Amino acid sequence: MSAAADEAPSLNVELLGADERRHRFAMFGLSVPALLLVALVLLAPFSWLTWLSLFDASGALSSENYARLLRPAYINSFLSTLEVSALVTGICVLLGYPVAYLLSQLSQRTAQILLVFIILPFWTSVLVRTYAWLVLLQREGIINTWLKQLGLISESLPLVNNLTGTVIGMVHVMLPFLILPLYSSMRAIDPVYLKAAANCGASPAQAFRQVFLPLSAPGLGAGGALTFVLCLGFYLTPALLGGGRVAMWSTQIADAVSKFANWGAASALSVALLVVTSLILLLMRWGVQRLGTSVGEH
Amino acid sequence: MTSGALSIRNVSKAFGAFRALDNVSVDIEPGEFLTLLGPSGSGKTTLLNVIAGFERPDSGSLMVDGVEFITRPPHKRDLGMVFQNYALFPHMDVFNNVAYPLKLRRREPADIRERVKQALDVVQMAHLSARRITELSGGQKQRVALARAIVFEPKLLLMDEPLSALDKNLREHMQIELKRLHDRLGMTTVYVTHDQQEALTMSNRIAVLRNGRIVQLDTPTNIYDRPNCHFVAGFMGETRMLPVSKTSNGYELAGRPLKLALPPSPVDEQWLVIRPERLGWQGDDERDNRIEGLVVDVVYRGDSHSISLKLPGDHEISIRRAPTESKPLPEPGQTLTLWLRPEASVLVQDSAS
Repeated sequence: MSAAADEAPSLNVELLGADERRHRFAMFGLSVPALLLVALVLLAPFSWLTWLSLFDASGALSSENYARLLRPAYINSFLSTLEVSALVTGICVLLGYPVAYLLSQLSQRTAQILLVFIILPFWTSVLVRTYAWLVLLQREGIINTWLKQLGLISESLPLVNNLTGTVIGMVHVMLPFLILPLYSSMRAIDPVYLKAAANCGASPAQAFRQVFLPLSAPGLGAGGALTFVLCLGFYLTPALLGGGRVAMWSTQIADAVSKFANWGAASALSVALLVVTSLILLLMRWGVQRLGTSVGEH
Repeated sequence: MTSGALSIRNVSKAFGAFRALDNVSVDIEPGEFLTLLGPSGSGKTTLLNVIAGFERPDSGSLMVDGVEFITRPPHKRDLGMVFQNYALFPHMDVFNNVAYPLKLRRREPADIRERVKQALDVVQMAHLSARRITELSGGQKQRVALARAIVFEPKLLLMDEPLSALDKNLREHMQIELKRLHDRLGMTTVYVTHDQQEALTMSNRIAVLRNGRIVQLDTPTNIYDRPNCHFVAGFMGETRMLPVSKTSNGYELAGRPLKLALPPSPVDEQWLVIRPERLGWQGDDERDNRIEGLVVDVVYRGDSHSISLKLPGDHEISIRRAPTESKPLPEPGQTLTLWLRPEASVLVQDSAS
């Protein structure tokens, strides 16, 4: 048999090779529209942006726009962007983790009904929600009025046009971005691990801390990274609820364009934001991967 | 080792209208290997979960060494359990998985290292104690899960179809290994399986469950050779049933009086249990029961030939022909005569339920 196989002619090699190539080409063809779209709306504008950032106001090639980023005002707004993003992400984790945990422990059906309430805000414009917060949080708004009527405060609290308002509004917008990935990763944790922990002698609290929490860490990392990165470039809510007192990187970009008509400066800021965001994403992906491999799949 | 006697009394559990456990009572002796055997939905896993504390029954009592356990939370029961898919913690390595029950019991680190090593030695996994769980094969995970269940020397070891995820060869190997381990450690063991071969191989006693009830509770030999109903007989081995009819002084099969070793029960509706390995090629017309049929097909199975036989009344049975058999291999269409000795002729009635 093997001797015959050695001498056997290679049948249809050309034909099969051509068939393979045709198949690959057809599969590649499916992605052409998407590739064109990405090139048109992402790569082209971004290249143009980078190009703009390389010229000063007089139109001469210079690194002036990037040198300006090192001024204290920009450094400070950059740091405060990181601060606000970290704060919002932290609050989202504290509020979102218990919600995701509850959802993951409910029956699939109940969880799906409750998930609608989490996704519902997604279907409402961010602008509408942000203005709604403006109404609720203002000096004579519902929250301050109620607190005064309950006698908890005598003076209106400054809840808006400052960091507090910005953070409240951002947390509201960002919460689903944390809960959804976290929830799906918690769903994937087999409840048998908690049974096994109990059987080993772990109280429910110990089983949660020593088994569930570490197993949900990759999902928490992914949700946290998503939230943090979205916060970095968030413009609308900080602009409206911050009242100009919260200097986010995104508001600096808007100012550069609308107040100073300095496209070069705005472009340099945008490029810097994109680079920093990509770096943070890469760093977090690396971290989540490490967590993921240390936790493993089951 | 403490004794580990388990007494289950009148345990019932319903899920809506479905009665998963219907008044189950069983006493398990210290050191016994008891298997809960039954098809899916028979209640065997529910019963194991009640023992482990993962399922709260509607009523009943569960005594371990004379102490009521029925409302005790699972983490205070001190029972070792091997789960169906092992449930090894993927974020811990082999050592830490096995050490986990000891850490929860706040043992000294040196003591933990010693005991973990002993437990891993027992299952021959000590050389892999630094491995990640994801790097283990199915059989290795199985061993680690077993080590984790026995490391704190529980009175009772519970196993929920622990071998069902392994391939056939490894499963048979692990059956023998588990049995030896049980003989060595002497822990009371409750073992759940739907595999009758596994139950026969490993157990001191088998409880056959059906629809939430224990149908028969007996030694493997009696369960196999003296099934007490149609259901148990049909669940064990490659069984076919032939209806027999009642006569004034006994039963008859295909017109011939049936010779029995045991006096039959007075029930009218009876079935003769036919198992391929109990049918003889040689027999004595005076002593044995004669069974005649038409050969339908002959299938080569390596160690033997499997021959299907059509009996009068459109019943089909199968028989094996070992290569050592002196009678020639029959061909399809031939008539074949086989013999069933009286002591192998067992009658069963329809199950009570």
